[in-house]
Amino acid sequence: MDTEVSRVDSKTNGTTSRPLPAENTDDVVIDCKINELYYGTFKAVRDTQIPIKKNSITAFIGPSGCGKSTVLRCLNRMNDLVRGFRFQGHVKYRGKDIYDRSIDPVAVRRYIGMVFQQPNPFATSIFNNVAFGLRINKFKGSKIEKVEQALKRAALWDEVKDKLNNSGLSLSGGQQQRLCIARAVATDPEVLLMDEPCSALDPIATRKIEELMLELKNRYTIAIVTHNLQQAQRVADKTGFLYVDTTAGGRTGYLVEYGDSKQMFEDPKEKHTQDYIRGEFS
Amino acid sequence: MSKDNSFSRKELNSADNELVQNPFAGVDFAELELSLYRPRTLFTIILSCLVTVMTFVALIPLFAVLWMLIWRGGQKLSLALFTELPPAPLEQGGGFGNAIIGTVIMVGLATLITVPLGVLTGVFLAQAQDSKLAGGVRFAAKVLTGFPSILAGVFAYGAVVLAMGGFSAIAGAIALSILMLPTIILTSESAIAMVPAKMKEAAIGIGATSAQTALMVLLPTAMPGILTGIMLAVARAAGETAPLLFTALFSNYWIATNGQVELMPGCPSPIRSNSPGQRRWCLFLSS
Repeated sequence: MDTEVSRVDSKTNGTTSRPLPAENTDDVVIDCKINELYYGTFKAVRDTQIPIKKNSITAFIGPSGCGKSTVLRCLNRMNDLVRGFRFQGHVKYRGKDIYDRSIDPVAVRRYIGMVFQQPNPFATSIFNNVAFGLRINKFKGSKIEKVEQALKRAALWDEVKDKLNNSGLSLSGGQQQRLCIARAVATDPEVLLMDEPCSALDPIATRKIEELMLELKNRYTIAIVTHNLQQAQRVADKTGFLYVDTTAGGRTGYLVEYGDSKQMFEDPKEKHTQDYIRGEFS
Repeated sequence: MSKDNSFSRKELNSADNELVQNPFAGVDFAELELSLYRPRTLFTIILSCLVTVMTFVALIPLFAVLWMLIWRGGQKLSLALFTELPPAPLEQGGGFGNAIIGTVIMVGLATLITVPLGVLTGVFLAQAQDSKLAGGVRFAAKVLTGFPSILAGVFAYGAVVLAMGGFSAIAGAIALSILMLPTIILTSESAIAMVPAKMKEAAIGIGATSAQTALMVLLPTAMPGILTGIMLAVARAAGETAPLLFTALFSNYWIATNGQVELMPGCPSPIRSNSPGQRRWCLFLSS
């Protein structure tokens, strides 16, 4: 059931031979199971198990401080950057636990890319921004083609094709975020993690990025964190609702419910989910 | 209406009737005027004048020096100043061309030594912020910024001049680099720390190693700040004299090319100098 995929790396010289699937297969690309997660002595997340399915969009929703971003960042080992981070559980990418000692976190991030809440292009030209991933992987083929392909996939090519040498910081907020998405897809990762990608954008730019997500879903697997319930309803196939548990005195997040988005929003099973979706607390 | 006694009610004739018709009747606009007859205004004006006068008085030494420089020095300004050697003692004319070349050489050598060392140390300090080693290095750099420059010269004397057997440009460069290094380390660390953390996260999120993040994202973005730090360090080193007293001392001549002393530019003299100090100086530079 594993589709044959080649990444952008020096050995294959950047050919991608990923066929578009005819229908959504049932593969679980990332199986994330967190028993307990700590930042130092602060217990941030407990008892959360979320499968990320292939070629679908999985959304994490929940109130502030419930650990959505923490769980998302676990999926590509970005939490390694935080001091005092440790967790019990496993995150299995295609069956292999990425927190195993033998795994290089840098390599993991080349397969599981991330787009952040605030657009954060580098302070170089648009071309160099998108080509950054190609450069660090020592890509030997034609960079201009890959850059064009990535910018087209991010729906930014038409707007920047004649100003590729302008600074990435000279674009508007929505364009910068699409540039960050182009930068993330330039190396053909398998999974794209998006941490509230539209929260810093105006509604029109948000709409564009949501349409983009629906197109990208055919080619990549996407997991997003969002505060915007309507956005989760519009784009997500599966949704996980996390909530904060204050019973032990701290604020520990945990997964309350996970399922198809339609079913979650129309007829949630758990009471906390019902309260949240109907707006009794945010 | 309030019954404030601070308002002057001298002009108020009747009581509440007038207040109802004219809501400003209780306010004495004469109180609001600026006038020299009021003590508050007078005080303000006197103090402002005093402050201005004191500023000018404080600037007098600066202007005096500048004036002297421009007037007396400008009269003697000429191309010969930068291209000729110093004259014999108690004579007029000549220039300080050799001093300029000497400064360029020594500061250039010191820059070559300190810039790679300092910038890479700055990268380390910005990345490994809380390790004990980083704390120790940062403390040492801060202490060294206040290092007396003549002591740097004495250190270079003991370490380089005695070992090499003579005064030399390289010893001077080493003394200067002791003084330049803390500035470059601290300014490059703060320039790199000012790169927004989200840019660094973006690079790591794409799968860059620490080295790639540092070289391809942090250093280029922090380059303006690092260059400012380098310029500050170079400017300080170019103006130092004390560390050079024990290391390079001075010379009245150009750099010797083949063991001979040039008394005039382009004209090697057959006269050999007999003083041991000058011979050592020539020997080093020609080797």
